[in-house]
Amino acid sequence: MKYRIAVVATLAVAGTGSVLAQAKDPTIAGIEKYREMLGDDNPAELYEARGEILWKMKAGPKNASLEKCDLGLGPGVVKGAYVQTPRYFADAGRVMDIETRINWCRTSLQGFSEADVRKRPFGSADKPSEIEDLVTYVVTASKGMKVNVPTSHPKEVEAYELGEAMFHFRAGPYDFSCASCHGESGKRIRLQDLPNLTTTADARRAYIGWPAYRVSTSRVHTMQWRINDCFRQQRFPEPKYMSEAVDALITYMAQTANGAEYKGPALKR
Amino acid sequence: MADPMKIRAQLKGDVAEIRVLMGHAMETGQRKDAAGKTIPPHFIQSLTVEVGGKKVVEGQVGTSVSRNPVFGFKVKGAKAGDKVVVSWVDNKGDKRTDEAAVA
Repeated sequence: MKYRIAVVATLAVAGTGSVLAQAKDPTIAGIEKYREMLGDDNPAELYEARGEILWKMKAGPKNASLEKCDLGLGPGVVKGAYVQTPRYFADAGRVMDIETRINWCRTSLQGFSEADVRKRPFGSADKPSEIEDLVTYVVTASKGMKVNVPTSHPKEVEAYELGEAMFHFRAGPYDFSCASCHGESGKRIRLQDLPNLTTTADARRAYIGWPAYRVSTSRVHTMQWRINDCFRQQRFPEPKYMSEAVDALITYMAQTANGAEYKGPALKR
Repeated sequence: MADPMKIRAQLKGDVAEIRVLMGHAMETGQRKDAAGKTIPPHFIQSLTVEVGGKKVVEGQVGTSVSRNPVFGFKVKGAKAGDKVVVSWVDNKGDKRTDEAAVA
């Protein structure tokens, strides 16, 4: 009975929610219950375990591990690094998200070529890519920490502004922009709620759940993949992996989500 | 060699809640690859769980179970520090055994 009262109270607070939003509430409650039941046992942990081994293993032409990799908090500091990216890295001269940065370390420390790290960024359920394992390991180390992406460096401001502009830029055969789906509150596609990424509340809710293990594809997807897939869904040309454009969109979203508590890799449909 | 399992065993009163996450392809043998060829079946066939040296679960697992499956059990009478040993064998004869302690 208490539970029911709580639901009513939530609706009252929501207030402005449409009739439609109220009607689908039991479904959302059901989905949330399902997620809660599965929350502790995310197969992303298997990726994390492999990623930790890869992080500490000597590899590449220079036969080095990634343990000296500077993710923004100093060489070798993994804990808390994810929630402070994307950020400007002076040694690379640009803003990088976590995946771009790990790959930067693979080229600079381990001696892999740019072509090597670009060859197979997105794996399959049968054969995950190494970067997916590494990203899962690094982001999991920031579980429970506050998203605190730096916003003061001119390049970080520039990336945010570029990301925001791209987010609203309409193009392609459908005359779509990111904002077509993610620029208004209360929208959905079938039963999927679409977060309004221009608002802090929704951006936080969305940002803390990536990277994610998707049950339907049986694998972990990174944020680079997510942006790539948004481009595909809009019928845009495929964006270049780790490009400044993709990292700018991630920067826009991350800075909007600042202050959220990062939950670690999520488990999604 | 298969990925190690993740085993959690937590005591609540005198009941131990055991949850096991396994990394396995769990191919049914019904799927086809991009070239149209059937992907051969590859799935966990049997599963055993021991708590404190006593066998508490002996199970048969089939193709209806998902990739990277999670199993949960509740075991009465377990004590903190009891060793939990989980093993599986798949249809190709691959095996894996991992341990954890009840916390």
